[in-house]
This record gives sequence, structure tokens and C-alpha cells, in this order.
Amino acid sequence: MRGSDVPWLTILGLAPIVGGVVLALLPRGRALLAKQVALGFSGLTLVLVLVVAAQFDLDGSGYQLTEQVDWIAAFGVHYALGMNGLGLTLVVMTAILTPVVILASWEDGDGGRWSSASFFAWMLVLEGLALGAFMATDVFLFYVLFEATLIPLYFLIGGYGGLGRQSAALKFLVYNLLGGLVMLAAVVGLYVVSSRAGSPSYLLSDLMDLEMGTWTERLLFIGFMVAFAIKAPLWPLHTWLPGAAKAATPGSSVLMVSVLDKIGTFGMLRFCLGLFPEASQWASPVVITLAVISIIYGALLAIGEDDIRRLIAYTSVSHFGFIILGIFAFTTQSTTGAALYMFNHGLSTAALFLVTGFLIARRGSASIADYGGVQKVAPVLAGILLLAGLSSLSLPGLSPFVSEFLVLAGTFTRSTVAAVFATLGIVLAALYILLMYQRTMTGPLREDNRHVTDLRGREIASLAPMVVLIIGLGLYPQPLLNVIQPTVDATLQHVGVTDPAPVSTEAEEGSR
Amino acid sequence: MTDHYITLSLLLFTIGAVGVLVRRNAIVVFMCVELMLNATNLAFVTFARAHGNLDGQIAAFLVMVVAAAEVVVGLAIIVSIFRTRRSASVDDASLLKY
Amino acid sequence: MTAPTDLLLATEQAPDALAPVAASGVFVLIAVMILVPLVSSALLVLGDGPRFDLADKRGHLLGTAASLASFVIGVVLFVTLLGRDAGDRSIEQNLFAWIHVGGFQVDMTFLYDPLSALFVLLITGVGTLIHVYSIGYMEHDPRRRRFFGFLNLFIAAMLTLVLAGDYLVLFLGWEGVGLASYLLIGFWQHKQSAAVAAKKAFVVNRVGDVGLALAIMLMFAQLGTTSFVGVAEGIEQVSSGTATALGLLLLLGACGKSAQVPLQSWLLDAMEGPTPVSALIHAATMVTAGVYLVVRSNFIYEGTEAARTAVVVVGLVTLIAGAWIGCAKDDIKKALAGSTMSQIGYMMLAAGLGPAGYAYAIFHLITHGFFKANMFLGAGSVMHGMDDEVDMRRYGGLARLMPLTFGTFAMGYLAIIGFPGFSGFFSKDRIIEAAFAENVFVGIAAALGAGVTAFYMTRLMIMTFLSSRRWKENAHPHESPAVMTAPLVVLAVASVLGGFLVLGGWISDWLTPVTGYETHELAVPAWVFSVGITVLVAIGVAVAWATYGRRDVPSTAPEKVSFVTRAGRRDLYGDAVNEAVLMRPGDQATRGLAVFDRIGVDGAVRAVTGGIGATSSLLRRAQTGFVRSYSLTIFGGALIVLVAVLAVNLA
Repeated sequence: MRGSDVPWLTILGLAPIVGGVVLALLPRGRALLAKQVALGFSGLTLVLVLVVAAQFDLDGSGYQLTEQVDWIAAFGVHYALGMNGLGLTLVVMTAILTPVVILASWEDGDGGRWSSASFFAWMLVLEGLALGAFMATDVFLFYVLFEATLIPLYFLIGGYGGLGRQSAALKFLVYNLLGGLVMLAAVVGLYVVSSRAGSPSYLLSDLMDLEMGTWTERLLFIGFMVAFAIKAPLWPLHTWLPGAAKAATPGSSVLMVSVLDKIGTFGMLRFCLGLFPEASQWASPVVITLAVISIIYGALLAIGEDDIRRLIAYTSVSHFGFIILGIFAFTTQSTTGAALYMFNHGLSTAALFLVTGFLIARRGSASIADYGGVQKVAPVLAGILLLAGLSSLSLPGLSPFVSEFLVLAGTFTRSTVAAVFATLGIVLAALYILLMYQRTMTGPLREDNRHVTDLRGREIASLAPMVVLIIGLGLYPQPLLNVIQPTVDATLQHVGVTDPAPVSTEAEEGSR
Repeated sequence: MTDHYITLSLLLFTIGAVGVLVRRNAIVVFMCVELMLNATNLAFVTFARAHGNLDGQIAAFLVMVVAAAEVVVGLAIIVSIFRTRRSASVDDASLLKY
Repeated sequence: MTAPTDLLLATEQAPDALAPVAASGVFVLIAVMILVPLVSSALLVLGDGPRFDLADKRGHLLGTAASLASFVIGVVLFVTLLGRDAGDRSIEQNLFAWIHVGGFQVDMTFLYDPLSALFVLLITGVGTLIHVYSIGYMEHDPRRRRFFGFLNLFIAAMLTLVLAGDYLVLFLGWEGVGLASYLLIGFWQHKQSAAVAAKKAFVVNRVGDVGLALAIMLMFAQLGTTSFVGVAEGIEQVSSGTATALGLLLLLGACGKSAQVPLQSWLLDAMEGPTPVSALIHAATMVTAGVYLVVRSNFIYEGTEAARTAVVVVGLVTLIAGAWIGCAKDDIKKALAGSTMSQIGYMMLAAGLGPAGYAYAIFHLITHGFFKANMFLGAGSVMHGMDDEVDMRRYGGLARLMPLTFGTFAMGYLAIIGFPGFSGFFSKDRIIEAAFAENVFVGIAAALGAGVTAFYMTRLMIMTFLSSRRWKENAHPHESPAVMTAPLVVLAVASVLGGFLVLGGWISDWLTPVTGYETHELAVPAWVFSVGITVLVAIGVAVAWATYGRRDVPSTAPEKVSFVTRAGRRDLYGDAVNEAVLMRPGDQATRGLAVFDRIGVDGAVRAVTGGIGATSSLLRRAQTGFVRSYSLTIFGGALIVLVAVLAVNLA
């Protein structure tokens, strides 16, 4: 552990929450000021993240910049934060996406149920809680933050979305609370196991070495996994996502799918594999099967979907399938790829949601059937949509390809069948993206699409960071891989698996 | 001796309970409740005497105080219901249901 | 002290191509060759919008200059390579670590060897000519600058494909050309048919890409490496089953990109793109990438007879299918596209023959690149003069009005049918000879294909340039401007002279370090084959002349035709099969799944919530609102407690 005098992680997590409070206290009717303050605080958070990243030691595999204070001593609960490669990756992603979303949603909060200041306040609070969840090294603290993130998003969907937002928000909340409830039982179970072994502690470092019975471990694993699988979402627990994505504003959808849902896959990697290594191995065939089903199923549904936002939600179901497949294939490549996939999926889905959001706002319809030939009047919009789409279908040269290929190649060494089926997903991905592009952007310009205007400066500015990162990390992903890999190596070592060796080296060793 | 008092108390309590269950007039129901309270008071006092300590008498005083408070609130409610609905039947005041 | 000696022996025995030397001197320009068109492409595409008038006026020049710069570098490198010993002609340039995760080590490496050197010259040479041609062809298109941006993107991606030193880098270029092809087929996006064709091309290619991607994964799983050098070294250690699987998976990828049966259906639709695109991407370069892949992976096919046979069969089937389609089409570009399929079938066939055929596959690929690009551009010139008419039945007698186009087209025509002395004569003959040496039936089929080629090309010539004029009213055919005819002339010269690459066995000697070379034993002298094939070609020409030259060609396609013609016109029912086997069931599957998702999966969720809701609405009925019933409940409860207490006390 490397101590640090300045509690950087606490400052980092609190900055956006303070921003949210400031926004809530601002006088009414100062909408523009509120937006500027929101952008300022999210920018400040990004700067803080960069400061933290600069202090991060790439060679260290454990947690860095740790902080630890007793919280509820009787239960062994601590306020404990720490940063490792995986956490840093997702923290950076969150910090990049939030200002982007705020800039892109500049006017989306205006027509809501409450003021636009509170719209941005909820966004900042969500960012702060999500950052906390990525940094928490105490299981109880993580649980609290994990559940708390539902609150801001509930208000973001229910207060500022489109048609059917109330019921979508409720479904989102109840479904995820249900998962949280199952997890709570497992968290309590952890306390029991931990206190039986000696003094109770929720610290990740204490729990990781805990001995527990086979079935205790498996049941606790299931408790955590169900919550994460709902959040991620894994087939067949995905049905809340399309509705929520359809009703929410594009910015809220980005925060939901790109950031919030990542806590699910992040949790699998950090907590399921970290706390229950044997149970994770035990469950991996089932999880891999479900993940492959998710990949194919999400893609097929996306192909048949007419609502653009639901379509993107289904593509995410497919992509989350890849991430979960990579995590549970337990090879250096697949798991590193999965962690990288979380980052890349955040970027590409954010770009897709935002650019289609601009389109839908202009035309006033999310139905693909209402479009046609928009490329002619909005070439920049069409170009960025195509690029975002190509990144979603994992075109080589764009960042999601690297992660998807790593997942597939790693899985192939462990389970060839799963990898072959998952690879079929790349054909379906081409279909759902290009069908959508073809139907909306190409063909003769429809009369009712004529008033669609091209992107404005603010909108291009909000999308530009994603475009740059998608292309840049596609050609040079190594910096991120270097950050992620030590964490993955440590996790896999903890799980107790090694990569299958290539056949040729086995043959060589055999002959020696 | 104690048996008689207890029997009387039981009798009064039963009359009160039946009255609460079968009568519809709110005032009568109310009086039946009072009857039940006083039946318990009688039992308290009886047991206090039988055991030779003051616990039961203290409890009886508590019941009286509560009953007095209850009369104040209850009668006020009954009067205001009667004023608005022109009826003192408890069955008419069944709006607070599923 | 035997180990060092062994090591020494091992390096001496290894084929030369497997020991590339690091790039130095002039060879550091390998990456620059790719970078120049890439940067130019980015400039041309990003500078979009109304404020870029100057860029609109000058953009095409930048694009052409970028392609030309790559060509010049390519020539310089080629000359330098020529000056080296045969053993040193393999240069590797390692730019940076692309993806390094555990045992998965992929560098951004480029391999410049005799094989890629030839491709670089073909791509940048023909590419530059087509850039020049496009200046004229796309003159009136408001988005011409973007067209050049996409063309440059294609050049960069195609160079990445052929210069890659690793299968994953090759995959990068492979999908890059797919993207460029998608953008260019759908360049006229306002046309629904173009947009659909572009999407179809991309998706069908993706099916092939699954094969290539799986092959790369299999390489990693079995060999722990995906670089050409590593795979070539390790391939001997894997089982023959693995080698066969690798070969078949790579073949699947090749089928997609090279429009071989069963993934051929996209190529004919791809003719929706502007004609220069058809010439560059869908005739001369990109569609031959599959052949490149097979030839490049010769070390894999070496160990697997089964996969090689599959390559031969695919090539043979496509050869015949393409020729068949070429005979039946009236659309000049689609007839040429059928011919392209067929000619690539020849190349595949040769590539499947192993070391005996690799060099000739590449040889035919190059000559085909010249004469097919020539003819496509010629067809474009005709269309340019005929108001974008593509129906050959509306042409006729254009030879006199478009003398330059006709002359250059005729050179391409003579080359493709294999007229003695022209390039196609040399390249096709070698393939048919090699096929005979492998298997008599394969040889006969390939030879018959040559006769059919002669038939449909003659038909195309007659219907377009000779025969009576069947133009639509207000058609004013005219010769194209010099900026378009100049590339035609250059390509015509190349079509004639390209065959000289084989003189003295130069092409096979040049490629031997990469592909190896075997001479084949023939039962009869080679000249017998040449004569035999020439006779077959003559018969084909004669039949076409008898059918179309001596009689008038109807200006609308006859309805009452044989099954053979009808099948050819409908692309041998390839689309119908796809429709029936894949698209309709797929469509129904997505619909069915959508219903299942709504009713099944989400239904289960809603059933749980609904069940809870129903139970509570049932239970709340107990709240009647009658004070009496509440008090009865209280008394009942009290009674139960009392009885319970009594029961316990008494018991």
C-alpha cells in the first residue's frame, strides 16, 4: 500500500457531488449559469482524474492511493478507497463521458418536470457515486454506492425523459433494486462468514483470503452475480434496458448504459472473481452460455428493431455479452479484452446515443421508418453516425475491435465453441448497424426529412473527443492495455487459472 | 367474593363487546367501548384488592385518563361526522377501505 | 557442443522469405507509402462542408498526387529490391507494438517481399491511373472531393493488406478495403439500389471475415502467434486437421473478398458504384485479395491436401458460374463483373494447385488487373458518352464514334480471350496447363471456360462497338476527354505487354522465395495446349459472331429464352437462394425473437410483478371499511391468543 497525504480519491469522488449540491442551491431561473457550473465541475473532475492518473504507478498490480477510515466498527465496515488499473480505466471513462454528456444535453433538461439545474445536478451526483463505486475497496461501501446510483438515474429518467418515462423509470428502479436486494442478502452472508472466521471485516483485502465452504461460496457468488447480471444486463435479465433507453434523454441513456451498467461488469471482475474464485470457475460454463446467448440474441433483436434507441439498447445487450464472455473465459487476453471493452463500449455507445439523439431531436421521431436520405441534408451527422456505427460493429482500426478480438481470441483458447458462436455476432453486428444507417441516411431524401439540419458547433464539440479516442485507441491501444493488464494478471492468479498454452509449444516441450 | 366481582366484570365486558359488534349507532358503540373499559377497571381494582397491592388501582387510573382523552377525541369525531352526514351510523362511515 | 551447429543448420535450411531483415535505408519508406494516401484521405474527407470551395476545386489533385507519390515510392523500393540477392528480398518494418497482452503479441509490422512488391506496383499503378481517369469521370459530381478521399482511403487500406507482416494487420487492411468498398459502392447514396448494394457487399464480406477472424484465433490458440513468419515456422508442429481447418477458414475469408461461390452474390450488385470504383476495387485490386491471401498462406496450404482441393473446387465452380452469368447479362458492367468472377476463379484454381500454380495465379492476377481495369474504364467511357446507359442492347456501332475507347477496349478484349501474344494468352495458358497436370477433368473444365470467355467477350464487343445502332433517342455518343482516354491508352499498352513478365520464367523465379516453385510434368508438349486452347477460343468467338454478329441484336431482351439464359440473367439464382435460405428465415427469426422477448422474457418479468400486484389486490379486499368487522377481527385474534395461552398452561 502506498500511502498518500492528500486524499485524492475522496476529493475526486466528492468534486462532482459538491457540484450537484451547488447546482441545487443556485437561484432559480439561472439556467445558463447552472449549465456552465455543471460543465465546470465535470471539467474539474476530469482534471482531478488526470492528476490521479499521473500519480498512478503502472507497474503496481495492487491498489494505490488508498485511504481507509473505520465507518461502522461493529460490522467491520470501512470507508476505504483505492485505485487499480481496472478502476482507473473506468474512472477515466466516466470522467470523460460526463462533460461530454453535459455538453451534448445542453438543452435536454429544459422541458423536464423539474428545472434544468436539477437535471445537471443529478448527472453530477450520478458521476460522483459511480466514481465512488469504481474506487471502493470495502464491499459494504461498494454496495451502498452501487444502490445509491439508482436514485439519480431514477430521477433523470422519470423527470426528463420522453413518452412512458414514469413506468420505464419505475421498472428500471424496481428491477435493479430487486437485484440489489439479492446482493444485500449476500453482503449480510459475507458478514456472517467473516465474523465466524475471526473479527468481521468488509475490506476487500480481508475478504479475498477468506476460507469458506464450497456451497456457501457458491450461494454468495450467485447473490452478487444476479445483481451484476441485472445491471450489466445479461440475458434473460435485460428487458428493463430497452424501455429505459427509449424513455430517457440521450444523455441519461449514455450515463446509464456506458457508466452505470459498467458497474455490473466491473463488479463481476472485481468482486465475483475476487471474492469467490472457485465459485466463479464453477459457474463459468453457465455464464459463458448466457453470454453467448446475449450476444446473438441482442444482435438479432437489434436487427428487427424499429426504434433507434431501443436498437442501440439491444446492441448493448450484445456487447455486454462479449464483456461477460471475456471475463468468464479466464484468459489474460479475454479478460483484459473485456476490461478494455468496457472502456471502448462506453465511448462507442455514447457516440451512438448522442448522435442519434441529435437526429431524433431534429426530426421528432425515433422510428427508423420515418427517416430516409438524411445524409443529403446533414452530411456531418451522417458521417459521425457511420463512424460510431462502425465502431459498434468493431471495424478494425477503431478501438472496439481491439477489445472484441482480444475477447474472442482469448475465449477461443478456452472454449472454441463459444468463440465460434460469438464470432457469428460480427456478421449480425454489420447487419444491424448498416441496416439502420441505410434506412435513415441513404436513399432519396424524404420530404418530411428536409428540415433536418446538420450538427452545430456545440454538438460537434461534444462528439469530437469520442471520435478522436475511438480512432486513436484503435490504432494504438497499448497505453490502456498496460494500465489494465497488471490488474487482470493479479485477478486471474487469484482465481487460480493459467492461459492454455499454444499447441505448438506443448509439442515442443513434449519432444524435449 | 372476588369471583363475583370478576363475574360482573366479565358480564359487563361481554355486553360491551357484543354492543360494539352489533350496534350501528356510533354513540352506542362508543358507550359500549366505555363499558368494556370500565369492566376492565373493575377487574383491575378487584385484583388489586385480592393481591393486596396498588398496581391494579394505578392501572385503573391510567385507563380512566386514557378513556377521558378518548372521549374527547372520539366524541368530537362523531359529532363532526354527524354534522356532515346527518347520520351517526358507523356503517355509513366506511369510506376508508380498499 | 552440438546445439550451435543444429541452430546454424536450421537457419540455413529455412526458406529465405522466412527470415526477413529489418527495414533500413530506403525501405523505411514502406510505412510512408501507406501514410501518404491515408493522410490525404483524412484531409479530403474531413474538409467537408460548404466553406471549402478551394478544396473542392483542388481536392482531386491532392488525391491523385497522393496516389502517385505512393506509386513512385513503390517503384523506388521495387528497383532497390531488384538490386538485392534473391535471399535478401524480404524486408520487415516494425512500427510499434499494436496489441500486446500476455502471450498475444501483435506488432504493427509490414513485410515487403517480392510478392507484396508486385501488388504494391499493381495497386498504386492502376490506382493512380484510375485517379486520373476519375478526374474526368466525376467532373460534374458535387462530391468529387469526397470521392477522391474514399479512393485514397482504399489505396491506403489495400496497401496495408498486402504489406502486412501479421495476419491481424492484414485483417486491418482487409476490413479497411471492405469499408472503402462500402463507401464507394454506396457513393451515390441517394440511389436506394446503391445503398442496398453497399450494405450487401459489406455484410456478405463479413461472413467471409468470420472465417478469417476464426483462422487468426486458431493460429493464436495453436501456435501462439499470428505473424506470417511465426505461423510459417510453427505450422509444421500442428496436426493436419488443424492445418486443414486453417486452410478452409482462410478460404472462407477469400471467398467473401474475392466473390467466389458461395459468397459471390455481392459483386454483381456492387456495379452500382461509379465505374472507376468497379475498375479499381471490383476488378483490378480488392477482389483479388482472396487470391493474395491464399498465395500468402502457402505454408498453411502446403500441409493440407484437403484444403487445397477445396480451393480448386471453389475456383473451378466460380470460373464456370461467372462465365455463365457473363454470357447472359445485358448490362455491360454486370457482364464484365461476371467475367471478373470467372477470371478470379482461374486465379483461385491456380492458387489451389500449390507451388505449381502460385506464381501463375499472381501472374494472371496482374495481367487481369491491367486488362480488366482497361475494359471497365472503357465501359465507363462508353457510359460517359451514352448518358450513363448501361444496357448493351441500347449500344451498337460505337466503334467509329469512340475510336480511342474502342481501340483500347479491343486490346483488353484480345488480352482476356487469350489471343496469342497478348498478356492473357500467357497467363491463362499457364494456369490451364497446370490444371491439366493436376487433374485432367479440372484441366478440361478450365479450358472450356476459356472458350466461354471468348464467347461472352465477343458478344460484348459486338453488341457495344459493332452491330447496328440501337441507341435511345437523344443519345449523342462522343469520345471522352483526354484525361479519361490517357489512362485507357496506358492500360491498353499494359494489357498487351503484361505477358512478357513470364518470359524467361521471370515471374516464377521472382516469387520462388515466397511461394516456392514446382514445374509440372505434362503428358504432351506445352505447345499442344496452346494450340488446343486457341482453337477453343476461336470456336467461342465464332459462335458469338454467328449469334450476334450476323444477325440483328434486338434492342430489348427477348423474353422467351432457355433456362440456361434465364438462370444466367438471375445470377444463377444466388440471390434467390440467399433470400430463401438466409434472409427470409432470418427475418422471421428476428420477428419471432422480438415477440419472444416481449411475451416470453419480459412476459415472465411482468408475470412476476403482475402476480404480486394481483395477490395484493386480492388481499386488500379484507379492508371493508366497516368498523365492526375490524373489531370482530380484533376479538377473534384476542380469542386465539387466549385459547393458545390456556392450551399451553393447561397442557
